[in-house]
Amino acid sequence: MGRVIVEVMPKPEILDPQGKAVVGALPRLGFTQFMSVRQGKRFELEVAGPVTPEILAAAREAAEKMLANTVIEDVVAVFEDRAA
Amino acid sequence: MGGVVSAGSTTGARIGVITFPGTLDDRDAQRAIRLAGGTPVALWHNDANLHGVDAVIIPGGFSYGDYLRAGAISRFAAAMDSVADAARGGMPVLGICNGFQILTEAHLLPGSMIKNDHLHFICREQPLIVENALTAWTNQYTVGQRIVIPLKNTDGQYVADERTLDALEAEGRVVFRYADDGVMANPNGSRRAIAGVTNERGNVVGLMPHPEHAVEPGFGPDSATGARQGTDGLPFFTSVLTSLIAA
Repeated sequence: MGRVIVEVMPKPEILDPQGKAVVGALPRLGFTQFMSVRQGKRFELEVAGPVTPEILAAAREAAEKMLANTVIEDVVAVFEDRAA
Repeated sequence: MGGVVSAGSTTGARIGVITFPGTLDDRDAQRAIRLAGGTPVALWHNDANLHGVDAVIIPGGFSYGDYLRAGAISRFAAAMDSVADAARGGMPVLGICNGFQILTEAHLLPGSMIKNDHLHFICREQPLIVENALTAWTNQYTVGQRIVIPLKNTDGQYVADERTLDALEAEGRVVFRYADDGVMANPNGSRRAIAGVTNERGNVVGLMPHPEHAVEPGFGPDSATGARQGTDGLPFFTSVLTSLIAA
């Protein structure tokens, strides 16, 4: 079984209200060293066989078409999870 | 408010309302169509057949639980392929709240919605300013008119890049803006206080607030005439009936 990881982040110019809330809460736990937080998404796509270049290409297409809304998000990484 | 179309002249117009898993406001939209003098037609997300309707409303709710992103999964429903084709052919399409999110995910309208800047669910009687009274869904309003209809959502912050926003303004495609009611100037942080937009042709309109909840005295927002008397949403539905007659 193979696994592909897709990572999606809000575009830099789009405000991230969730990240802002997280960075506001961190100092309350004593974490004062983090100036900003941006929150994204990680998807794990499993396939029955090995992760081939075709599988990676399909994952990239699925990421652009559905997993991310490219109006507000960027697909920042599509790679094989070799630990899977 | 503009003229109200008499029921007799418009009962032929059939307006479809699509129901997805998790849709909430389909019945209210159907009722609004009926009160305006049209004939509502229930459509199912998994059915590509639009059953010959003259216009389509994509109602509010939490289709597919807002999983992935609000509207992200619904946009791939069979009915949405047909809606996209029909919209490109000029058929009037209105997306309300989750329906607006679905239309942006389907790229039938520009921009997108993200979480409200304050991160909270909000439910309030929201004043809006009408900015475009030429669309299929707003021709019974006048530009500059102030209306009050309910707003209720978590993912209501309208965002788009600056170039898109400038183009929307230049082309008159901002249809509604949030108005300051002394409590809030902008209820969710939307860019340029945009509450609703239209496509180039003016047949597709999307907005976050809910006109279908302000169509019958006794069940609407508070208004100058009394508690729950507001019917400022009704002209959406008389507008589309008018535009269908004119077409």
